[in-house]
Amino acid sequence: MAKRTGIEVSIAIAEAARQANVDVVSAYPITPQTHIVEHLAQLVADGDLDAEYITVESEHTAMSACVGASAAGARVFTSTSSQGLALMNEIVYLASSLRTPVIMALANRALSGPISIWNDHSDVMNERDTGWICIFANNGQEAYDLTLMAFRIGEDRRVMLPVMVNFDGFILTHVIEPIHIFEDQEIADFIPPYEPLCVLDTDNPITVGPVGVPDVYTEAKKQQEMAIRESRPVIEEVFEEFARRYGRRYRPVETYRADDAEIVLLAQGSVIEAAEVAVDHLRDQGKKVGTVELRLWRPFPFDDLREVLCSTSIKQVVVLDRCISFGGPPGPVLSEVRSALYLEKDKPMVVGVVAGLGGRDISLEEYVEMFEIGEECLRTGKDPGEEPELVKIVGLRE
Amino acid sequence: MKLKERPTWKELPFACCIPEPGNSVYYKTGDWKTLKPVVDKTKCIKCGTCWIFCPEYAYEEDEYGYYESNYEYCKGCGICYRECPAQCITMEEEVVE
Ligand code: SF4
Ligand code: SF4
Repeated sequence: MAKRTGIEVSIAIAEAARQANVDVVSAYPITPQTHIVEHLAQLVADGDLDAEYITVESEHTAMSACVGASAAGARVFTSTSSQGLALMNEIVYLASSLRTPVIMALANRALSGPISIWNDHSDVMNERDTGWICIFANNGQEAYDLTLMAFRIGEDRRVMLPVMVNFDGFILTHVIEPIHIFEDQEIADFIPPYEPLCVLDTDNPITVGPVGVPDVYTEAKKQQEMAIRESRPVIEEVFEEFARRYGRRYRPVETYRADDAEIVLLAQGSVIEAAEVAVDHLRDQGKKVGTVELRLWRPFPFDDLREVLCSTSIKQVVVLDRCISFGGPPGPVLSEVRSALYLEKDKPMVVGVVAGLGGRDISLEEYVEMFEIGEECLRTGKDPGEEPELVKIVGLRE
Repeated sequence: MKLKERPTWKELPFACCIPEPGNSVYYKTGDWKTLKPVVDKTKCIKCGTCWIFCPEYAYEEDEYGYYESNYEYCKGCGICYRECPAQCITMEEEVVE
């Protein structure tokens, strides 16, 4: 039986990797992810985890080592944040296109500049189109659970893709939470040994990562696109099995008090739980509000989102982005939610706000303000901003 | 092979792996060139410098010890022409009939 233990979330994530019995860990320490790889390095050094810990001089090399190790048939884990992920970027694309199911714990942190070690989602949004399966956790338990499930999803023969598990830096990584940690044996049953599909082996040589001439590249990209799309039912299956085994159910799109809501706040990560407090507060005043969470970011859960938002009581969506697409929509989540609903007949209006950049806390009043922006939009039938495309930052000093 | 006859996305090997080692010899890159090296065997000293320097491994040694470029792979870079100590290589225009 799982024991409920007071544990730092970073340590719980590292424990998930240990319980998954990873063969290779390669990472470079960066705040706020450091405790995860520090703990794994300690486990390897103490002989508590039979794995190769490859120390490297940069994240670019860390990801290169991960891809190489995975191509050689190893179960591989890494973790990074912000600038570290940006430095990895080139090889992040290779992990997905070479179909090496590397599992990454991404402690979300703002990108420079100015230099910020604190939380927002600019690091992950930069990797949106890298072809990784991308999932968000809201709390420590979810970060632990989803790290475990990531191995099952990514390494499934029908998937064979890398998975990025997102959890907010500091807000989650450095917090001690009561987390149900499973017995090692329970996880051994849930995560069988990794069976690679295509292995670098000197006795049976193959080439991994060759040139793709114009005759081939297009077809290779289509193959990759279908692989991530076809991971959807597998993700669903793993969520389902996890719920059956352990009683905690995960969904690609999660909702809170959204059933009869008129206005919902849509977001990702730990802000969702804070927003739920605001929802309770507003519900006490008789307002019909709720939250919608895009837990699964890639593959994008189009159908689930439409089922929640279209032809329901929901008339207004306020999308909270944790980063800015400069000169653009202006938030990546806003732009994707709008485009997912574009062809629907009975759809809610969608307005976007940005908040919580570079570790700025979002207060209860500010969540209430976001719902008020939604109310105004619903009342007037138009975006309440000066110009619709101009970023509306909640909590900005004007 | 025509573009339409090449493997579809479903037929391509998983992640574009190449399961057959050394199959790059099937990929003839020689049609990239505009100039081709021609060896004057009357001046050649059979030193093999061209064979060593050729980045495409295009030179092959014949039964008499002379070296000749295989035009199916030679890309016409001219390195052999520049490096040949006997200056017996000339670069001539490739004419496609
Ligand atoms: S021209 Fe270049 S590719 Fe051709 S044989 Fe000489 S060195 Fe090799
Ligand atoms: S480098 Fe010149 S001389 Fe030497 S083998 Fe080649 S062609 Fe002959």
